[in-house]
Amino acid sequence: MSMINYASREINCKLVYYGPGLGGKTTNLEHIYGKVAPNTRGKMISLATETERTLFFDFLPVDLGTIRGFKTRFHLYTVPGQVYYNASRKLILKGVDGIVFVADSQIERMEANVESMQNLYDNMSEYGYDLTKIPFTIQYNKRDLPNAAPIRDLQQALNPGWPIDDPAQQKVVPDPGHPGENIVEKGEDGWYGRAPYYEAVAVRGDGVFETLRAVSKFVLKTLS
Amino acid sequence: MSGAASWSFNESDYRQIQQYLQGFLRDSNARCALLVDRTGQLVATVGEPPQFDPTAFASLTAADFSANDQLAKMIGEPDFASLVHQGEKESMYLADVAKRVILVVLFDQRATLGLVKLKAKATVEALNHVFQAMFDRVGAGGGDDTKGILHGAEDEIDKLFG
Repeated sequence: MSMINYASREINCKLVYYGPGLGGKTTNLEHIYGKVAPNTRGKMISLATETERTLFFDFLPVDLGTIRGFKTRFHLYTVPGQVYYNASRKLILKGVDGIVFVADSQIERMEANVESMQNLYDNMSEYGYDLTKIPFTIQYNKRDLPNAAPIRDLQQALNPGWPIDDPAQQKVVPDPGHPGENIVEKGEDGWYGRAPYYEAVAVRGDGVFETLRAVSKFVLKTLS
Repeated sequence: MSGAASWSFNESDYRQIQQYLQGFLRDSNARCALLVDRTGQLVATVGEPPQFDPTAFASLTAADFSANDQLAKMIGEPDFASLVHQGEKESMYLADVAKRVILVVLFDQRATLGLVKLKAKATVEALNHVFQAMFDRVGAGGGDDTKGILHGAEDEIDKLFG
């Protein structure tokens, strides 16, 4: 739910980083916090347990620039990944404008990824939001690890695509991050769409800003 | 619904909100009043400028209110329309406005909780009308101003993200 404030000339949008526990959601925010100029970001708030596991959320406001004289301010949130924190996870999704799903690429975490993705769909639909219609990006994190699953397998499990029935939207949309691949195309059973994806090693910062840029741009474009 | 609806407020909404809040601060002796939307975005601040980071404060306020809403449901209440956090010197009073916004009042020993609650009641009612009118305007299709502002700005967005 983006909010436009004419008095302070700001457009405020909310992005949520979702995904299984220990997947790197907080690490994404920490990297952004460390890299952006201090005058374009606010304080990072972490509601975490003593062992640094996210209990409620992490929060970081970032200004991404000015459009039409309005400051575009993005509020970045992470959710707690652990399964039993679903009540707080659902609260954070309220009013979300864009979602980044941070998947843990390790083969052993495949089941946790799928479970978290299902949980995201469920929580979104409880609010009446349709994940296939809002800006949504998947980040495959920890690509540097030797036990990282191939992208093809991850895509198959987490991003198989959804049917596109509206004829107006049945046109090929190239994936900006992967030349030669499309996020909307015609398959054997008709047209389908997929979320754009990015590969990342969040602890090194690889792919962190690419993901943020992609989803923020997507959010602003839906307003234009 | 594909996602949450956007809403916006214009300068005259803002002036009206400020007038109500200034009147409330005068009558209640509270130090500062903030309006925060339920997604954690700061809408307005009136009174003594806060000494803390207002953006972080707003996101925590929304989380606090949402968590308490869920607690209310667990004990069989539809919601808690207001919350009080009482400290030794500084205290906070939070109240729901039109189910979309939270009024946060910061007060110290110069004000009493009873007076703050009493005066807040009328202010919340007045604000309910202002916000309801704002939401109705968007619902009626006459005020989806976010679209107006960024309409045709694709080039500018592309440039911003290089």
